[in-house]
Amino acid sequence: MSETKKFMYVNRRAPYGTIYAWESLEVVLIGAAFEQDVSLAFIDDGVYQLVKGQDTAGVGMKNFSPTYAALGDYEVTKIYVEKESLEERGLTLDDLQHLVWEDEDDDWAEKDSIRLVSRAELAEVFSGQDVMFNF
Amino acid sequence: MKLTIQVNEGPYQHQASDSAYFFTKAALEKGHEIFRVFFYHDGVNNGTRLTTPPQDDRNVVSRWSELAAEHDLDLVICVAAAQRRGIVDDGEAERNKKDATNIAPGFRISGLGQLVEGGIQSDRLVVFGD
Repeated sequence: MSETKKFMYVNRRAPYGTIYAWESLEVVLIGAAFEQDVSLAFIDDGVYQLVKGQDTAGVGMKNFSPTYAALGDYEVTKIYVEKESLEERGLTLDDLQHLVWEDEDDDWAEKDSIRLVSRAELAEVFSGQDVMFNF
Repeated sequence: MKLTIQVNEGPYQHQASDSAYFFTKAALEKGHEIFRVFFYHDGVNNGTRLTTPPQDDRNVVSRWSELAAEHDLDLVICVAAAQRRGIVDDGEAERNKKDATNIAPGFRISGLGQLVEGGIQSDRLVVFGD
């Protein structure tokens, strides 16, 4: 399997109301082993998945949000967050985890993974993908 | 065209499995190749042979089994999702010390890599669910 495809994982739902967010992340982590050109997008209520300081004690579920910080180690470095979705929910980038990756071609410089994009820009990104996973 | 089908919802509760079934059947009739059908999230519940729908309703599970037998389809149930929801084959029963199995004919349990591979190997990944 030498072919490299552009994989886009679209995350549209809040993290704990349904299992889609967590099981999406499981696909991303497994899929990382296949060395494809991976991107993630967070739109609609999906932006809540990246909110920092999550505490799930009250709902009795596992807090999986620390896993997003590990994505850089899986060479998942392109994380698109839709600007309008944040704004519609009264959120800003400061409310989200600061996700970074280390660039081995640049003396392991730490770089931001999150790319804040408009709805229109994200549509452009989507149109350039080969495989779209919707969660 | 080579297709991988992903089914994300369980039977009866949601139309996704019905739509995926009809799409798969139609694609085969048109001469397309189905590389794999992958069942994820509650979609794994499409693979239990213990369902007993009323006689005047369709049998979503056995319909998949029959289509698989007819066309030699690869029906794959995600192992992680299956473990959470109690879909068990002989291997899983032994591994996790369960006293029963319930997997339907024509289905097999395997890893998420099978879904990713489907995305890589197929011309289109077609997803059914919300």
